[in-house]
Amino acid sequence: MNISEKYEIAGLVIKHALKCGADEVAVAISDSASSHIEIREQKIDRLQESISNGLSLTLYVEKKYSSHSTNHLKKTELLKFVEGAVAATKFLSEDEFRYLPDPERYYKGGGEDLKTLDSSINTLDAKTKIDLARQAENEIYGSDDRIVSITASYDDSISRDVFVTSNGFKGESDGSFAGISASVSVKGETGRPSDYWGEYSLHFADLIKTGIGKTALERTLKKLDPKKISSGKYTMIVDNMVVGNLLGPFIAALYGSSMYQKNSFLIGKTNTKVSAEVLSITDDPLMVRGFGSRHFDQEGIRAEKREVIENGILRNYFIGTYYGRKLNLPPTTISPSNLVFRTGAKDQQALIKSVSKGVLVTGFNGGNCNGSTGDFSYGIEGFLIEKGEIVHPVNEMNISGNMIDFWNTLAEIGNDPYKYGSYLTPSMLFDNTDFSGL
Amino acid sequence: MNLKRREFIRLGGITVAGSMVIPTLFNSCKSIPVSDSAAGYMDHFEVSPEQLQKLLATALGKGADYADLYFEHTVTNATSLQDKKVNSAYSDIIFGVGIRVLKGDQTGFAYSENTSMDAMLKAARTAASIADSNSSWQPAGLNELIPASYYKISTPWEEIQIKDKIPFITSLNDKIFAGDTRVTKVNISLSDSSSYILFCNSEGVLSWDYRPLTYLSARTVMEENGRIENGSVSQSFRRGFEFLTTEIVDKLSSDAIQKTSRLFKASKPKAGEMEVVMAAGSSGILLHEAMGHSFEADFNRKNTSIFSDKMGRKIAENFVTVVDDGTLPNDRGALNIDDEGVTTEKTILVNNGVLTSYIHDRISAKHYNVNPTGNGRRQDFRNVPIPRMRSTYMENGPHKREEIIDSVKKGIFVEDFSNGQVNIGPGDFTFFVKFGYIVENGKITKPIKDINIIGNGPQALADITMVADDMEIDHGTWTCGKDGQGVPVSMGLPTVKIKKLTVGGLNA
Repeated sequence: MNISEKYEIAGLVIKHALKCGADEVAVAISDSASSHIEIREQKIDRLQESISNGLSLTLYVEKKYSSHSTNHLKKTELLKFVEGAVAATKFLSEDEFRYLPDPERYYKGGGEDLKTLDSSINTLDAKTKIDLARQAENEIYGSDDRIVSITASYDDSISRDVFVTSNGFKGESDGSFAGISASVSVKGETGRPSDYWGEYSLHFADLIKTGIGKTALERTLKKLDPKKISSGKYTMIVDNMVVGNLLGPFIAALYGSSMYQKNSFLIGKTNTKVSAEVLSITDDPLMVRGFGSRHFDQEGIRAEKREVIENGILRNYFIGTYYGRKLNLPPTTISPSNLVFRTGAKDQQALIKSVSKGVLVTGFNGGNCNGSTGDFSYGIEGFLIEKGEIVHPVNEMNISGNMIDFWNTLAEIGNDPYKYGSYLTPSMLFDNTDFSGL
Repeated sequence: MNLKRREFIRLGGITVAGSMVIPTLFNSCKSIPVSDSAAGYMDHFEVSPEQLQKLLATALGKGADYADLYFEHTVTNATSLQDKKVNSAYSDIIFGVGIRVLKGDQTGFAYSENTSMDAMLKAARTAASIADSNSSWQPAGLNELIPASYYKISTPWEEIQIKDKIPFITSLNDKIFAGDTRVTKVNISLSDSSSYILFCNSEGVLSWDYRPLTYLSARTVMEENGRIENGSVSQSFRRGFEFLTTEIVDKLSSDAIQKTSRLFKASKPKAGEMEVVMAAGSSGILLHEAMGHSFEADFNRKNTSIFSDKMGRKIAENFVTVVDDGTLPNDRGALNIDDEGVTTEKTILVNNGVLTSYIHDRISAKHYNVNPTGNGRRQDFRNVPIPRMRSTYMENGPHKREEIIDSVKKGIFVEDFSNGQVNIGPGDFTFFVKFGYIVENGKITKPIKDINIIGNGPQALADITMVADDMEIDHGTWTCGKDGQGVPVSMGLPTVKIKKLTVGGLNA
């Protein structure tokens, strides 16, 4: 489907919904093409090509609200779908806070090209993709007797979306990515540790295409024969690739919906200290080539750069139109885009050097956080650090604490922001984390 | 549900408001005779037996061993309450066909979101490219596999309007507020979905299934002296509108009040290794994470599971028998046929302590030269089937619950969980405890909450030292995630004791 076809369908759906009795309507139409290739034992294990479409519809009917989605875009089906959806909405209770955003806040176009799309990904042939995955496996195939399994993959996807509202928003967004990864399992005395490595990019030309298998194997071999250590309070360094797991509940607590549902431990904390001073986070939607870059959010609101945490002080929540009205708070944006951290001076190696006894956490295993209280507990794996050196891998341990206390124990931030996601997290060092083990 | 053609058409519509939409009838003459049930599903997807065979021939056009077609139409409705009012609704439709081609362990896969022959043939050619020789496939006859009926229903959700659901939702809300003065917020969601599946493969199997699935859940917030606690409860079944009863509303409201109010008294335990007693019911999460995933044969076929070399070996005490069952009536994990046209069954994974079966899909069953177990499942037509659990539980053992608690010197008793996970290779598994108690010298003492427990699968299985005779299946809304695909499951356990697991908590 090309852009004008999408606009045509969106226009048709809006017109029909209004005719059926809706007062306001928002429609998003997306399509994406993706491929997934897996290589095992030097053969293609899976070859998958996908093209999918989707339409989502938000309705405001007599002060009542509903949302709907379908991938069945045949015109006759779609019109019936809209009729059914409008009719259903009329049975609901009124909600005075449900109406479209003020059009003044919409993105009006004209922004810089954020370069989130590489349309050349569409033209790559299957052989190129298969060869890239093969190469990741070949780098290490047969290279070590301890290897019991290698799966190497190539993935890409490209998507183009339009969003239209009945009160004047009309906009397009697009994105692409390509990635090569390898998962390796090795056999040790105790168990079969596995790990992976992947390189990803929004643009195929920027994708690092070699060294992936080798890195995956190195990472896996380091995890052979882990040992649990005694329960106690240790200094904890969390690897930049996984520290997002601990950041997740902290960011979730900043959502308007969480605060309204009393599922946040950061209610009413604007301009107060919520973490150690070393933490500064900016939400930057307008980064060129950012994994989370955008000109407008899911509601069509114009994207703006905002401080989230400044030297440990909470500056901005993530508040969409609806919960902003309910909480009587000024709306910002409904969700984060790229979270950029003020980085420190040391790389992860230097952080490790600075620790006399501690744990480098490189992976999480389950666990959860109570959104209302901030109490958390997670399974971890990683490495014991003694006198600034890695001693041996550790596993089968938990960390526990409370998010508010915990983020105040953040002592140092690395200079190594994670490159492959919208949370650009550096490695972080926390004092006195509660570990449970032996 | 074996639908006659007319019934099928009546029920086949998109019914946000309970208004019926009649799909276009496909009035071709069918030279290959099929039953009314099969014809009803074919009409729905606008395909004929000849077209199914042409698609399979195209999928096998490059010389693979096997191909299958999985047509799906799923309609989901969710109705939600916030601030004491049913003031939002959601609906979703997915429609399409997944085309899969197998050559040995290799898979080619593509799908189409419309069932026009051109679009489906294109997907079939893409999937076919996993193989690379020139050969042709001669269609065998179609053999109808009449699905079992493990989820008989009285009133399909398609016949129900949103206004019929609202009284049950508001009644649940009112009962929770009436039950405790500390309740400040209640959020309720009722979800119902109906899936229509048509399956056909190159071995001539033609089958179909109608799958209802529903849940009702409530999240309750209580406040006391500035402290806030929240508790979630839910019930889920493959049932029709008859799922909604006064009894289920009463059960959920009393559970919501009990499970939320008790949290004010609970705290974190001391960290470390200790004895763990798992209460009957949702403690089945232990089996799901510690063993179930590691028994999935794709991990074993790839040698990545810690159980890869343990088939036929003694891995637990004699009184430990673990099953994965697709046949429990109206259960969330039940399936009449799996998603690759295989009849489901009660599969015994561990029999009196001996590992007797993995959890198989077609690929792994062929790899191990055993019969498939009916565990090939997919999130939807856009995904390939892989080995997945259904309802996983442990059979009753020789001990009594009281006897088990009496035997604990220093440990915990855990009874409410939110989530779990496993690392297949090392076998380390976790589950998150929302609520439990400390047990000291055979006595249940202080309540505990919000802690993670971690252990090692084979070790934990070997460390199950007592199993009671009070097995319960938990009917919560459990969704199992693997390779990015979510599927509904259930789980169950009698009260059991594990000698030692690592409990998250605080250090002095």
